[in-house]
Amino acid sequence: MNLILFYVFAAVLVLAALGVIAVKNSVHAALLLVLCFFTTSALWLLMQAEFLAIALVLVYVGAVMVLFLFVVMMLDIKVEPLREGFIRFLPVGVLVAAVMLAEMLMLIGVRSMQIAPPADPAGHSNTAWLGEALFTRFLLPFEIAAVILTVAVIAAVMLTLRKRVGIKSQNPSKQVAVKASERVRIVKMPSAVRDVAAKSEATP
Amino acid sequence: MITLAHYIVLGAVLFCIAVAGVFINRKNLIVLLMAIELMLLAVNMNFVAFSRYLGDAAGQVFVFFILTVAAAESAIGLAILVVLFRNRATINVGEMDELKG
Repeated sequence: MNLILFYVFAAVLVLAALGVIAVKNSVHAALLLVLCFFTTSALWLLMQAEFLAIALVLVYVGAVMVLFLFVVMMLDIKVEPLREGFIRFLPVGVLVAAVMLAEMLMLIGVRSMQIAPPADPAGHSNTAWLGEALFTRFLLPFEIAAVILTVAVIAAVMLTLRKRVGIKSQNPSKQVAVKASERVRIVKMPSAVRDVAAKSEATP
Repeated sequence: MITLAHYIVLGAVLFCIAVAGVFINRKNLIVLLMAIELMLLAVNMNFVAFSRYLGDAAGQVFVFFILTVAAAESAIGLAILVVLFRNRATINVGEMDELKG
């Protein structure tokens, strides 16, 4: 049963990957890539790597691919000049990929065909297993990964931030730093009390 | 029974498809980024398979870190892409020649 599921998911994954590199429309390519990630997540579930399967869906389908789709849809891209050379480079691309695949398959060899997964003890939790390793042996890399993510977010924001001239916008730091003495201007005026009674009768 | 070889072969096929994608889509920067994501996915598949079949948590922890770095990479790559498109109005790799490297 598991083997049938594996072959179904593997076929979907390979077809979707072929679609990603072959379709003309970039939006379709992004959507096929979403299918790729989803199928891979299912394959990892078959391997009982539950935490990473869910993390793949959350991080990739939920965040990265949405970013891709946003960018593809925001940019007004003309497809025709980008497709030139598709036919010209197709033979060399297929040739390189085929040679590489043949070499890799030779390297994999026969011995790995016989390796079966070790049986899990009862009550085995993949998340607990992973978390135990992550927060003991790999604590420093984990913290560094957090720093890398923060730096990347700041870098991405700073790259795309643009200052446009001639536009009216708020300046939050000025708004926060404002003092009451700057906002209210008290104007001294001489009081005029003389003709008040006459004026209030004239105007209803 | 699904053996280790099944997953490794699948990862190899996926990686080769991504390499072919880099070759045949060498003008379109967005599809190039997508091909890189596919390559990372193939590598992750191998890591998870070895981790599962050898019973070592380090492989899956490494996949976790690869996911982190790949997310950062695609965020910065797409930001550079947006800035590039804003300045040049194209994402054609063939027209990016002003560095004269």
